Amino acid sequence: MNNPQRLKKLQLAIATLSTALVLGGCANTAGGADNADEGSSSTQLSVVAFSVMEAANEPVFEDFNATDAGADVTFQTSYGASGDQSRAIEGGLDASLAHFSLEPDMTRLVDSGQVAATWKDNATKGIATSSVVSFVVREGNPDNILTWDDLIKPGVEIITPNPASSGSAKWNILAAWGHIVGQGGSDEEATEFVKKFLENTIALPGSAREATTAFAEGNGDVLISYENEAILARAKGEPFDYVVPDDTLLIENPAAVIEGAPEEATALLEFLTSPEAQADYATFGFRPVVDGVELPEIEGANDPADPFPTPGTLLTIDGDFGGWAEANSRFFDEAEGIITTLQAETGKSE
Amino acid sequence: MTPGNVGVLTPPLDPIEPDPRPARKRRSGAPGTWNHSTLNRGSALGLGIALTWFSLLVLIPLTALVITAAGGGWEAYIATLTNEQTLAAIRLTVGQAILVTCINVVMGTIIAWVLVRDSFWGKRGLDVVIDIPFALPTIVAGLVLLSLYGPNSPISVNWANTERAVMLALAFVTLPFVVRTVQPVLEEIEHDVEEAAASLGATRATILRRVIFPSLAPAIAAGAALSFARAISEYGSLVLLSGNLPFNTEVVSVRVLTFIEGGNTAAAASLASVMLAIALLVIVLLDIVQRRVARRG
Repeated sequence: MNNPQRLKKLQLAIATLSTALVLGGCANTAGGADNADEGSSSTQLSVVAFSVMEAANEPVFEDFNATDAGADVTFQTSYGASGDQSRAIEGGLDASLAHFSLEPDMTRLVDSGQVAATWKDNATKGIATSSVVSFVVREGNPDNILTWDDLIKPGVEIITPNPASSGSAKWNILAAWGHIVGQGGSDEEATEFVKKFLENTIALPGSAREATTAFAEGNGDVLISYENEAILARAKGEPFDYVVPDDTLLIENPAAVIEGAPEEATALLEFLTSPEAQADYATFGFRPVVDGVELPEIEGANDPADPFPTPGTLLTIDGDFGGWAEANSRFFDEAEGIITTLQAETGKSE
Repeated sequence: MTPGNVGVLTPPLDPIEPDPRPARKRRSGAPGTWNHSTLNRGSALGLGIALTWFSLLVLIPLTALVITAAGGGWEAYIATLTNEQTLAAIRLTVGQAILVTCINVVMGTIIAWVLVRDSFWGKRGLDVVIDIPFALPTIVAGLVLLSLYGPNSPISVNWANTERAVMLALAFVTLPFVVRTVQPVLEEIEHDVEEAAASLGATRATILRRVIFPSLAPAIAAGAALSFARAISEYGSLVLLSGNLPFNTEVVSVRVLTFIEGGNTAAAASLASVMLAIALLVIVLLDIVQRRVARRG
């Protein structure tokens, strides 16, 4: 190209084009992905989820791309602590589909009008993945920790994420409470048990992942965690064993489409609970939320061929704690919550 | 303190002393001109840009913080701050931050001294490595400290989940501040002054106390203020190491996070505003101490 005027025109064209692209990009984030009808056939879905899903979602998204509904979908993903992710969407983070570790994070978005109040009206009641509260112990289980009662023996050092700063840690502490009331014990007995549990707790790391890291560094005798975390850690070669106690709590992670998201988001949400996607999630240690899932061999599970044995008693938030709204205010209220008070009491007595 | 000396830019009283202020402060104007505007058109533009930038980044967010804190009303404010667990967290955080700042003042000055005045093998390397606590993501710092001072410690020191873990983490992340503020000032101190003092019969100890230390005081105070402010806000390096146990090792930032997680932003802002006030108080105190030391020697 030797004509300088032509060169100038080209530069101008590039400048105009890039400005248009930048402006278009801004408009897009403000108004949601709507470039599907502008000739381009691909739709971008923005998935905002809690951190554990980062690895597990990859094969699921690939499989979704292989379906008719998801053929032209590209993904923009964001992973982080469930509460932070929920607050980010509330604060305006562009999202098509949200996947949180517990329901209150979704309720926040229902309250802000970003998720339809009917989000639970589907076959899985809005739940996309599930797991159970489990004990992670040192290889060979040297302290022979098998039941909840073994945890409160003198000298047992417990690590569990901080229920005050990490929403998902609430599952663990509620499971401890449920161990007593699930067997018909009174609230007083449950309080006594959880108190002993907290007295044996030597660290309350900020999140489940941090608790796993602290445990891996040699802290504590037992880590209260989720079965999927335990399976994943073992699959990665951590020298852990894990125990699913005979009575435990079902962990349910909700997912929902954000209002105004492209219609492919609804298809993706449906796909997440399909047997195919649930089998993908199972390889990362999640218990399927639907029947009829053909389970592959699951590396890291105690028995890879029968990875998810059914516990004797499986408590649920809705069935045994009256749902999250009630459980949250009863146990975790900042001023009067049972757990908040117990944490303060055991902390002071030390 | 004589009335003429309260200004920001007062000349040193003792002619033997070198200018006690760090080089960067000296550039801001001639001594004694603090109450006269020296703005010409160029510097007015500069001031405008500086203020706009500062407002956007600091003043407006801080105002928003105070407004949020006030949103709950006085009762909510008091209730948040008189909560025993919160008080325990404030005590721990401020106490450990003061302790760590004192350690930094001593260790940081010694390290800066060694780096400037002595020459030894590996000096350049040490000079570079000092900044690592700045560069390392704090969560990684926590992990490193946990593997060194946790249950699997190769040196058999297990401080995990204790107050000492909090101190350790804070000391780690704040180490470079005093070193980096003292170093350039120490480099600029001229040997002539020390030699002059020596020739007038001053002992080594007197020279240190009357000549060198007063010159370093502003830099040490600046480093101490930075390190204190950094320490009371630390979160990342602590989450793995301290155990976050209420009343024992729970720091303020974890408390703030708890309030946010519980949806109580007014309480979070209240606590944050108190920490802001404490930081300001300490910075002002350090400045006063620094002025006295620099003047009297």
